[in-house]
Amino acid sequence: MHRQLHIPAAVITGIGARALMIIAFVGQAAGLILKSFMLLVRGPRIGQPVRLRHVVQEIVAAGVHALPVVILMAATIGIMLSIQGIHSLQLFGAETQVTYGLPLSVPREFAPLITGIIVAGRSGSQLASRVGSMRLNGEIDALTVMGISPVRFIVAPALFGLLIALPILVGVASVTALAAGQLYVEATIGIGAEAFWADVLTVVTLTDLAHCFGKARLFAVLIALIGIVMGLGMAGGATALGRATTSSVVTCISAIIAADTLVALML
Amino acid sequence: MRAAPLSISNLTGGYNGQPVIHDCSMTIGHGEVVVIMGGSGSGKSTFLRHLIGLKPPMQGDVSLFGESLYAVDELTRLRLLKGVGVAFQSGALLSSLSVGENVALPLVEHTALDREMIDLIVRMKLDFVGLLGKEDLLPAELSGGMLKRAAVARAIALDPRLTFLDEPSAGLDPVIAAALDELILKLRDSLGMSVVVVTHELESAFKIADRIVVLDRGYIIFTGSVADIHNSPNSRIRNLVNRIAEDEDFDPEMHLRRLVGEA
Repeated sequence: MHRQLHIPAAVITGIGARALMIIAFVGQAAGLILKSFMLLVRGPRIGQPVRLRHVVQEIVAAGVHALPVVILMAATIGIMLSIQGIHSLQLFGAETQVTYGLPLSVPREFAPLITGIIVAGRSGSQLASRVGSMRLNGEIDALTVMGISPVRFIVAPALFGLLIALPILVGVASVTALAAGQLYVEATIGIGAEAFWADVLTVVTLTDLAHCFGKARLFAVLIALIGIVMGLGMAGGATALGRATTSSVVTCISAIIAADTLVALML
Repeated sequence: MRAAPLSISNLTGGYNGQPVIHDCSMTIGHGEVVVIMGGSGSGKSTFLRHLIGLKPPMQGDVSLFGESLYAVDELTRLRLLKGVGVAFQSGALLSSLSVGENVALPLVEHTALDREMIDLIVRMKLDFVGLLGKEDLLPAELSGGMLKRAAVARAIALDPRLTFLDEPSAGLDPVIAAALDELILKLRDSLGMSVVVVTHELESAFKIADRIVVLDRGYIIFTGSVADIHNSPNSRIRNLVNRIAEDEDFDPEMHLRRLVGEA
């Protein structure tokens, strides 16, 4: 009897503890966003400027260095979508309509999602491990006692760097996926580049582009904040650092997919 | 009258609501070297974290140059902290930056000096701590003693009026430890700097201290000069000065019983 009563209580306690943890996590992340934007605007006047060179370093790390893998994966996705599109549409004798299907799905859905996942794997983990090891080594305390706000030195550059880099990467991924798809379409059903791109321009609307870049910004915020908050919340030694890094990647990717689904349902 | 560099009034602090530091009050004067001593677990590190703005106290206050450190918002606290230097026990140099970049960091962030002037100051500070020529090394490439000295160079980069040094000579060989002691005296004598040193190295403390503060179980149990501490009638102070392990209730038989699980 007692056992039956204890198990639900433990489950409910566990759920409650997890819910509180998520609320604290979201609260901390929201606080970091607000502080970052406040320091961006007020920082120069109060001696805490967000340095452009730090933002550029983050753009290079998160954006430029991710370009090769993003281009490769986007090209692969473009070819795969073309293969599947042609195969499915052939059932209805409408394989030439693939030139409409690709631009409808790539910028709105696949380019932001695949780029977000790649950047989460690279930058999310890198941020968590960097911030975590800075915390372990006392570097964040050292910044504070030097009168340097860790938010403006670590959080704001990462956040703004990703907010700039990710939309650019998503744009590159969209064009690359469509270009790779076009090459496959031309090779298999003989639709030339001119006709393909004319259909793309007909189909893609400003709303699609707003979706594409809006999602990129949303994913950038998620990646930056999840990586940083997980790094900041790390306690323990090298094992904890590894755990926080892995956990940040899993959380980033889960959050990106969940956010993508929510956006798709709402819009 | 100039405000004291550091003033602590009725400070009580600790972790998770459990006090570790109890009702501590003290003031550090201009150009004074104050050594905070105490055994392991006496609360030195927690005390230091309260003094340098990293841990709000449960009660009481800490003031830097007459301004409360904790009765202000975070940005004002950061402004106050620009006036102090801190060298942590581990060095806490930013691992992604070279030694020179670490020392330059406060100058880059808090002054409008041009690059050439900053480089010159960095070389001067590194020369001051005997690390000239090591500017391009990464912290991971430095020995323990070099890390501590680089941390001191960064702490004094802005010529602060108050510097905190956490265990500056712990784990160093006697020659380097002596050099660091000389360095602390040089900071006081040539720059008029107030220095707070947290240490349990007796030799070093007796050599550099204008005043010694002894923490025991979170309480300040002694404040006085080097001569005063040698003449203290307090048995705990005498034990500390004479390096006598103390456990008044130690019972060898009971201890053995505990070890074998019989008590």
